[in-house]
Amino acid sequence: MATLNDYLLVSGLLFTIGFAGVLLRRNILIIFMALELMLNAANLSLVGFSRFHVRAGLPDYNAQVLVFFIITVAAAEVAVGLAVIVALFRAKQTTHIEDLNSLKF
Amino acid sequence: MNSAPWIILFAPLFAAAAIAIATQPFKKVSSYISVAAVAISFVFSLVVFGSPDQDVSVTWIDLGSFQVRFGYMLDSFSKTMLFIVTGVGLLIHVYSLGYMQEDRGRSRYFAGLSLFMFSMLGIVLANNFIMMFIFWELVGVSSYILIGHWFDRPSAADAANKAFIVNRIGDFGFMLGILMVWSASGTVMFDELSSKWTTLGLGAGYTTIAALMIFCGAVGKSAQFPLHVWLPDAMEGPTPVSALIHAATMVAAGVYMLARVFFLFAGSGTALMVVLWIGLITSLLAALMATQQDDIKRILAYSTLSQLGLMVSAIGLGVPVAALFHLFTHAFFKALLFLGAGSVIHSLHNEQNIWQMGGLQKKMPITFWTFLIGTLALAGCPPLAGFWSKDGIVAAAFEFNAASGLVISVINFFTAFYMARLFCVAFLGAPRSEIAGHAHESPPVMAAPLLILAIPSLIAGLPVVSHIFFPEVESSEPSIPAIAVSLAVFVGGTLAGFALYRGKSSDPLDIPLFENRFYIDQFYASLVKWTQDALAGIASFVDRWVIDGGIVRGLGGTTWGFGFALRFLQIGNLQAYAFLFGFGVVLLLYLILFAS
Repeated sequence: MATLNDYLLVSGLLFTIGFAGVLLRRNILIIFMALELMLNAANLSLVGFSRFHVRAGLPDYNAQVLVFFIITVAAAEVAVGLAVIVALFRAKQTTHIEDLNSLKF
Repeated sequence: MNSAPWIILFAPLFAAAAIAIATQPFKKVSSYISVAAVAISFVFSLVVFGSPDQDVSVTWIDLGSFQVRFGYMLDSFSKTMLFIVTGVGLLIHVYSLGYMQEDRGRSRYFAGLSLFMFSMLGIVLANNFIMMFIFWELVGVSSYILIGHWFDRPSAADAANKAFIVNRIGDFGFMLGILMVWSASGTVMFDELSSKWTTLGLGAGYTTIAALMIFCGAVGKSAQFPLHVWLPDAMEGPTPVSALIHAATMVAAGVYMLARVFFLFAGSGTALMVVLWIGLITSLLAALMATQQDDIKRILAYSTLSQLGLMVSAIGLGVPVAALFHLFTHAFFKALLFLGAGSVIHSLHNEQNIWQMGGLQKKMPITFWTFLIGTLALAGCPPLAGFWSKDGIVAAAFEFNAASGLVISVINFFTAFYMARLFCVAFLGAPRSEIAGHAHESPPVMAAPLLILAIPSLIAGLPVVSHIFFPEVESSEPSIPAIAVSLAVFVGGTLAGFALYRGKSSDPLDIPLFENRFYIDQFYASLVKWTQDALAGIASFVDRWVIDGGIVRGLGGTTWGFGFALRFLQIGNLQAYAFLFGFGVVLLLYLILFAS
């Protein structure tokens, strides 16, 4: 039987992988995917907490429903984010973030 | 309740309102309405003169502990003043019918005159300080309107401004004085104050300052030194206005007020001393200035200043009845002199320089003889009006101390001197200009007031007459030395004037100090300019260096500086931002979880 710690461990691992991806990769698409990984790591810990938050013999399903909502919203957000990246690519002909520094002083 | 005083007070107001609202385009109707109103006031003044003393008031504004009352006080002072104001006022209104015949703004002029009559009668009737102050200010406004009647002339507009502003300085002191009296006694009613004031047990300093603040009002309105500068300039107004406002009535308001509230001064020797010497200084300076003026109206204006100074010094000597007696006689002969001067100016086509006149005896006999009567009355020739009233002041002065008596005698000497000069130059000798050669007598509507005013100028001083108006004057034996001095001074002054100026065609004396009015106007002008420059300099410095430099540029510069410094953090590397963000979160977590 997996405990809450296991869930949190996996979640933290996922988050760290995602964050490392954001910090280390140069392609903006990959960074975006790493961001999604971080988001879902957070989701996982939410599910874990709700599973072990037992009231009247039942886990707390409210948070588990909330996670579905988050996934839905995240899908919409991914659509927007990809659209932004496509627009950026059209403007700059690149997805390499070292070339995307025009807001620098 | 007697309704006559209300009719006296409000008839001119109705006239002014009727002219302003309805009859503005009909100039003849307007002028007759105004004359009719003052005639009504005059008739009722005569009625009131015989009725018993009264003090009536109705509550006008009720603020609980503080009530403003509107009422009238009839006693011998106010009855006599009513007689003077409406009587002289009526004659001047009639005279104006002739003098202002050609004027385009006649309706405006007569509305102004009526408004002035209303305000002046309000001061005379007022039985409390608040009401007096309101009418006091109204008099200032109507005087402004009338001085600036010919407002298209810059000099008249300036003179009107000057009169109003200088008066406001005095009125400010007057208001402070009223507040001081009210806060100490809790009442502004004259009758309550007169019985209460000395029993309040106030400190000598407080009563002195309160009295002097009240005196400030009189200094402004009665044109005493150092606020005397407006009166000569006020001669820019039409001559009947000068006669009515700046000789007979308005400027007398200050003296009347001082006599009315004399109980405030009676307890304070210092205040009386200040009043006495302000009066004497004004009187002496003005008499000296009058000896070197060339404009007929200005000479009369300075003589008015000088006589007002005498009245004020009579208040200072503690004889308010003598002051009012002089006010009473002065109103007649000074109005006569001004109207006579107006008559001359009118027939010489607005020539006011006495050195352009002369030879008027044959051509303007009525003006000539009435002006002579006025001159003698002012110079103090017995038994004309001025002799008696001045004599009362001279006697009181010699009784008080020798110095003030001496100063007054010197003033009277110069009065006789400059009047002899004026008369000699303006009326006698050969005509000194083309226009003077073609002079003609004024129309009857202007000559009649001169003749009527000549009568009181002749007889108003006689004890028989003055006892009707001033029953309080105790019929003491006239002091022989005072009369002797007065006579000697009159004869000496007149002879000196005649000897110097008989047959001269230009001024044998040339004293720039007197001619330039002791440079007081120049001094004020430079004082105002200097103060204004200094204030403007300070304001400019504050604006440029504190507000612009310190606040506006300072704030802007600081914001820009911070922005400039923070710009260097914009390195344009997405991953550096993310790292810093993550590092920040970790740092915060560490601080929250472990550091506390």
